[in-house]
Amino acid sequence: MATADARQRGALPNPDVATYEAVNRDVLKVLSRPGKGWWVLFGMAAAGVAVFLGSWFYQIYQGIGVSGLNAPVGWGVYITTFVFWVGIAHSGTLISAILFLFRAPWRQAIYRASEAMTVFAVMTAGLFPLIHVGRVWHAYWLIPYPNSRFLWPNFRSPLVWDVFAITTYFTVSAVFFYLGTIPDLAAARDQARGLRKKFYQIISLGWRGTDREWHHFSKAYIYLAALATPLVLSVHSVVSWDFAMAIVPGWHTTIFAPYFVAGAIFSGVALVITLAVPMRKYFGLEDYLTVKHFEAMAKLCLLTSSIVLYAYMTEYFLAWYSGEPPERGSFWNRVFGHYWWANWIMLTCNGLVPLMLWFKRVRRSISALFVISIFINIGMWFERYVIIVTSLSHEYEPWAWGLYRPSYVEMGILLGSFAWFGFWFLLFTRLLPPVAIAEMKEVVPPPMSSRKEAAT
Amino acid sequence: MIMPRRRQGHRGFFALFEHLDSTIGACKALRAAGHKGFRAYAPLPEHHLLEEGLALKHSPVRVFTLAGAMTGAATGFAFTTWTSMDWPLVTGGKPVFSIPAYVVIAFELAILFGALSTVIGLFINAGLPNLRRMVAYHPECSNGSFGVYITAPPAQAEAVKRILSGFDPAELREDPEGFDV
Repeated sequence: MATADARQRGALPNPDVATYEAVNRDVLKVLSRPGKGWWVLFGMAAAGVAVFLGSWFYQIYQGIGVSGLNAPVGWGVYITTFVFWVGIAHSGTLISAILFLFRAPWRQAIYRASEAMTVFAVMTAGLFPLIHVGRVWHAYWLIPYPNSRFLWPNFRSPLVWDVFAITTYFTVSAVFFYLGTIPDLAAARDQARGLRKKFYQIISLGWRGTDREWHHFSKAYIYLAALATPLVLSVHSVVSWDFAMAIVPGWHTTIFAPYFVAGAIFSGVALVITLAVPMRKYFGLEDYLTVKHFEAMAKLCLLTSSIVLYAYMTEYFLAWYSGEPPERGSFWNRVFGHYWWANWIMLTCNGLVPLMLWFKRVRRSISALFVISIFINIGMWFERYVIIVTSLSHEYEPWAWGLYRPSYVEMGILLGSFAWFGFWFLLFTRLLPPVAIAEMKEVVPPPMSSRKEAAT
Repeated sequence: MIMPRRRQGHRGFFALFEHLDSTIGACKALRAAGHKGFRAYAPLPEHHLLEEGLALKHSPVRVFTLAGAMTGAATGFAFTTWTSMDWPLVTGGKPVFSIPAYVVIAFELAILFGALSTVIGLFINAGLPNLRRMVAYHPECSNGSFGVYITAPPAQAEAVKRILSGFDPAELREDPEGFDV
């Protein structure tokens, strides 16, 4: 792949990793050392999953009435969190597929972790429609099949598109993720012993690293990346059409698809930063996740933050310029109405705080980035909350306006979803190589028998 | 575990190289001497080795990708069209056959089928999952070294051994009976 060119441009992002053996040693070391901190976090995640399941079972037992959902606000925290996690998923595919096609030399170190994040984020997001429908035993109604009168679902509905988009996204990103790990699982297999060796033997599918395997593998990888690229752009577009296709003021706009995709990448990259900072420190991967990587991600955040801020401004401007009283009223309500605080959290966290990334010193300070990324995560959750809840609470007819307040059950499920995500992510860091070993080797100078050739 | 097939009377050689250029050199020399069915091992998809050393060019995986994606798109259109024509019901004043809406389904299924058939294409072409016992293999090949395995008929065995040792292998292993790899 095009790493030789990257080297010529002097874009060596990992100056401290000199040999292939060092990559195996440093990355596989992570798998063999659980440590107390990991167990503490894992225990917290497991407890959070218990809260999550407890809240959900309580809701199943009592009925959807235990949530704060009502008429007119029929979509609340569950759909907000669904959109939030689908958005989080996007950075993984962006880094693994789009930056792969663009040959960005800094993606290698970060892409495995962000791809894992994608898979687990979609796994988390996928639960929310099931939670939201209330009677979860009827969740299979989401699958398109004819009813007892042989009437098929309405394929003109964006909600049906969403089923296709999300299931495709989950399948493709899981396949892409697993395929990429196979050579690294073989590397883990070759160094592991006992039960772990058996485990890696099975899941590495007998990979040997032969020319035949690599040849087809690298081609298949390019085609998968080429398929995943339009997919990642389509998924959040389809999610945005869940809103934009409805005539609710505040939802019915054409900018929703690009606006949502930019927001998704924004929040996703922010979560990659949030997770990469402790991972780097805890697992001693400082030579792999360098300041250069964080700066590149900060630039991505800055770009997408600008797009999102621009979209906010466009929304306000067009609401005013449309001259439509409900549209104007909806946006006035967002800024000064009952949910003004949510709107201002959103604007501060997504628009104002990331402006600090214009300064190189901030972009190169890992602790500053960590803090900013948490602000972005919070802001992006509130963005979806603002879009969904404030728009539904303030539609056309004043007598149909209403308010929504999330219940404790919804809060438990929201917080529990982070634990559920963390649970899988923590398991991932212990079982699968968290940095792509084979791909890292592409940015390490290959071993040459003569010095002269190594320079070319 | 399945045992790989042994080639009667042939001898197998496994050469482990520490350097990329010597691996490429050995592959080129083997090809120049008319050998085809040998395997090179690498810890990364090194395109110099694949393209220069082994002259591998196109992979039939792309045909699988294209066929899968086209099947998916066709399925998506056919499925939505058939189901809406099966019981024509006008909803929302939209045409029963609504192309823009169906494009979304067709697109998603094109990606889904395309990706899955790419994986099938990879598995078929690369011979995965490979359940045979790992005989012609060295665990260093997933770490920092490269390898070449070749099964040669007795008449050529000495010449092959000479070629391989000419490139300064870190280890040269000889099987009295070579395997098909």
